Amino acid sequence: MASTIRVRATSNGDITEVQALIQHPMDSGFVKDAQGAVIPAHFIQELTFEYDGKAVFVADWGPAVSKDPYVKFSFKGGKKGDDLKIGWVDNKGASDATVAKIL
Amino acid sequence: MKSLTRNILLTAALLVAGATSALAASEADFKAAYAAAEAANKEAASLRNQWTTTAATLAAAKKAAESGDFDQAVAQAKEAEALAKASSFQATSEKERWKDLEIR
Amino acid sequence: MSMGKATSLVSAALALATLALAAPAAIAADTPDPVADAKAFQKYFTTKFPKLKLEDFVNGPYSMNEDLHRQWEEKEQFPPYEFALESGKQMFATPFKNGKTYGDCFPNKGIGIRQNYPYFDDKEGKVVTLELALNRCREANGEAPFSYVKDEMASLTAYMAFTSRGKPMDIKIPGDPRALQAYQKGKEYFYTRRGQLNFSCATCHVQEPGERIRAEVLAPALGILNAMPIYRSEWSGMGTTSRRFTTCNSQIRGVPLSPQDEEYRDLEYYLSYLSNGLPISGPGARP
Repeated sequence: MASTIRVRATSNGDITEVQALIQHPMDSGFVKDAQGAVIPAHFIQELTFEYDGKAVFVADWGPAVSKDPYVKFSFKGGKKGDDLKIGWVDNKGASDATVAKIL
Repeated sequence: MKSLTRNILLTAALLVAGATSALAASEADFKAAYAAAEAANKEAASLRNQWTTTAATLAAAKKAAESGDFDQAVAQAKEAEALAKASSFQATSEKERWKDLEIR
Repeated sequence: MSMGKATSLVSAALALATLALAAPAAIAADTPDPVADAKAFQKYFTTKFPKLKLEDFVNGPYSMNEDLHRQWEEKEQFPPYEFALESGKQMFATPFKNGKTYGDCFPNKGIGIRQNYPYFDDKEGKVVTLELALNRCREANGEAPFSYVKDEMASLTAYMAFTSRGKPMDIKIPGDPRALQAYQKGKEYFYTRRGQLNFSCATCHVQEPGERIRAEVLAPALGILNAMPIYRSEWSGMGTTSRRFTTCNSQIRGVPLSPQDEEYRDLEYYLSYLSNGLPISGPGARP
């Protein structure tokens, strides 16, 4: 199955800028469907970016984040060619992870 | 004197009767009003120019009738009929007026 | 009862008065001149927004507001329509049960042709849009048609638009009176007011581009279809031209017609023709 995580990490030697687009319904649990039944909450609870064995960005998410979330951040360090690990876990216990090379 | 008073009283009674008949709407009143509104909305449909609020008001009318509030139901049905008629009117009245907006 | 009669008399009187007033304008009964229309249309918008280049108009609200533009440029590096685009590419390459593909239904195997749609089909005497052509392709090959407004249809048209990115819109109006009539009908639909709010497409997109309607910045009508289909934040997903036409109708409290009804096809024909020369930018993203 195709990864739900699209990521691009670029380093200018000093700072690495990371952009990620994650495919996830991010249902808040407050929305009703056409029949009036509540669509159960289904959202990413934790999103982690790891470099060199350390977490460089951790997000604790909840129902307020919209569908297919986009994240952009920068961190100090990160060398071209190195790996950046990304992983998420949602409230149903599902997860996905991927590894991207820093460009 | 007496006949004049009687006339006034009669007129007053008729007026009051007119007013109170609206207050004491029956299921039959509702059905008639609803049918009229539906017919008007159908006319609008044939002109391909219905309003969403017409259907919503019809639904509200039906809901009120189902809960036994026929006064409300009739009022909503009459509102729906007015909306439907307005939408039909719009279909014809706007037919030529688009030229006023046209970029030339 | 007597009230009703009085109201309808008044309505009738108003209607007659309006018709009478409108009569002089109607005398200028014109054979449609699409070339002149397109020129006037482009001139209207370029005059209104002198700082914009012609191709900027295809970015809709993002060309109307600097802050929005900045955010959009950043977003385009990682656009929200990426998933639909990838899905569309995959779908397009997957054969039907009978072994044929979408490419077999279209010129040039369906690649780089989006800018030619919609076109006027002289055999049928009607306008054919890309969405319609795709579903006809499916049905001709024994597959069930897709909903016109989102999901698969949006993914497919996203891919086809992407293969035409940068190419100028190139709609043809053949010298067939029925084609001219379809164009004219599209024009009339565009300018005719409808819905309980009594808006026409022009009310927002000709009279008020760059202004706000509630929290949204309005797009100019010029180039408005060039970015279709779009990932709209408001929809939390993709939507096609059909989706936009139908939802716009309901937003002004008019009951929408069915997607791909003749009025909508003619409207798409008219709007696309007026944007000839402007680049295809789809698939797009919008607020």
